[in-house]
Amino acid sequence: MDGEMTEKQPKIRVRDLWKQYGSLKVLTGLDLDVYEGETIVILGRSGVGKSVLLKQIMGIEVPDKGSIEVDGINILTGTRQEKQNAYMQMGMLFQGAALFDSMNVVENTSFYLNQHGDPRQSEPITSQEIRERASEALKMVDLEGTEEKMPSDLSGGMRKRAGLARLIVYRPNIMLFDEPTTGLDPITAMQINKLIKKTQAELKATSIVVTHDIRSALEVGDRLALHHDGEILHITTKEEFFQIDDPVIQTFIQNAEVSKSMSGGH
Amino acid sequence: MNNIPFTKFLTSLGEYFVLIVNVFWVSIRQPPQFSLIRNQLYDIGVASLPVISITGFSTGIVLAAQAFFQLSSYGLTSVTGLMVAKAMMVEMGPVLTAFMITGRVGASMCAELGTMRVTEQIDALKSMAVNPLRYLIAPRFIGGIIMLPLLTIYSCFMGIVGGYMIAVYYYGMDPQTFLDPLPVHLDNFDLFSGIVKSIFFGIVIVTISCYKGMTSRGGAKGVGRSTTNSVVVCYSVILITNFLITIGINSLYPFLEKYIPWMVK
Repeated sequence: MDGEMTEKQPKIRVRDLWKQYGSLKVLTGLDLDVYEGETIVILGRSGVGKSVLLKQIMGIEVPDKGSIEVDGINILTGTRQEKQNAYMQMGMLFQGAALFDSMNVVENTSFYLNQHGDPRQSEPITSQEIRERASEALKMVDLEGTEEKMPSDLSGGMRKRAGLARLIVYRPNIMLFDEPTTGLDPITAMQINKLIKKTQAELKATSIVVTHDIRSALEVGDRLALHHDGEILHITTKEEFFQIDDPVIQTFIQNAEVSKSMSGGH
Repeated sequence: MNNIPFTKFLTSLGEYFVLIVNVFWVSIRQPPQFSLIRNQLYDIGVASLPVISITGFSTGIVLAAQAFFQLSSYGLTSVTGLMVAKAMMVEMGPVLTAFMITGRVGASMCAELGTMRVTEQIDALKSMAVNPLRYLIAPRFIGGIIMLPLLTIYSCFMGIVGGYMIAVYYYGMDPQTFLDPLPVHLDNFDLFSGIVKSIFFGIVIVTISCYKGMTSRGGAKGVGRSTTNSVVVCYSVILITNFLITIGINSLYPFLEKYIPWMVK
């Protein structure tokens, strides 16, 4: 799989990415290639800058140095239109879901379509269609009947699912997931993983998931990478990932207390 | 010498002016949806009417009571009405309205945007290719510029009503004596002065509150700190700009008198 991918043009290409906050160096020349249709999971300890990487790719923050290409176009140096086109096909699920707390669930879900319409269709989208698409997305994440609820009335798992509905409603080509299972109980985490896999399969999107949850990584990822000291160390298939004889990876796996199950089950 | 606080101050000042320029630019080139502006017109304007009524009215009655009392020993009580009206139009109306809007609306804007910042809602907007400047700040900016002058005029009106009531019904002043000097001695320049001030105050309140909100850090405590900070900075800047605008507008008087005479009549 890895061999096939190296011959293809990556959907997202990150080169020599640097980001520093004050004296804290978070990204130090990070390189990453993500190919069309794959889900890459970036593992790493909390606070190493995994979310920062996603925010740079998403254009929420600007890196100090480096390049980020989407479909071969550098979105840091591209024209305003090129950037807009790139960001319109991307979407992100935030760690805390980041639902707009002044809007109810259905308003949150239909927000993108209300703002931009559907970039995939040429004719304008009607409010009836937006409503139907939002209901469909909420049904996909098992949140039917919560349309009129406010985010403050939802549990953590429901908020994550509502965030996922808000993401999938406009069918982005590139989806970024920031710690999708953090803070959730194992059952809800499993549901979220299944939903990510399901939406990934339906939308055939290219995805990057950052997490420190190895179970989640194994569930959703095609390839795994380890983010350590501002760089991506080792990027490979999940089967090979646990065989790598690197003390950093082994320590990470041991610390995650899943090494035994990995050597036996995967 | 440790110059970090000074550097931070200069950086913040630079960022603040960049924000003002960008908001102006966005408001003109890509105006926000009308529904967003309408909501802000309501929040800033209509919802502030009760508090502005109380402020204007109570200021008017106090001004009239003091004027009547202080001037009675000189036999000048007949100028009570004019004094109340002039004071309300050129100073008390714009400044007190700006203070009340800072407390009622500015603090709320800062807290709302600050909460959105620390809970990643602003990042979520960006992730959906929505410019937060256009979606969040421009409607507030336009709402502030439109509503502050209108609220100031309303506040002046309430102040004159309050002054009239205390002078006529409490001190027994003749209504004609209170009202007659107003059309003669109040001119367009007084109105112009008050409106120009209120437009500046509208810009100051909205941009400082939004800037402080957008740069909030550190959870609920950080948002609280930013909100307090924004109110203190707004009050200080309003007082300082009030002085500068007063000097500036007064120095324009000869020019206006010569080239735009209707403005000073």
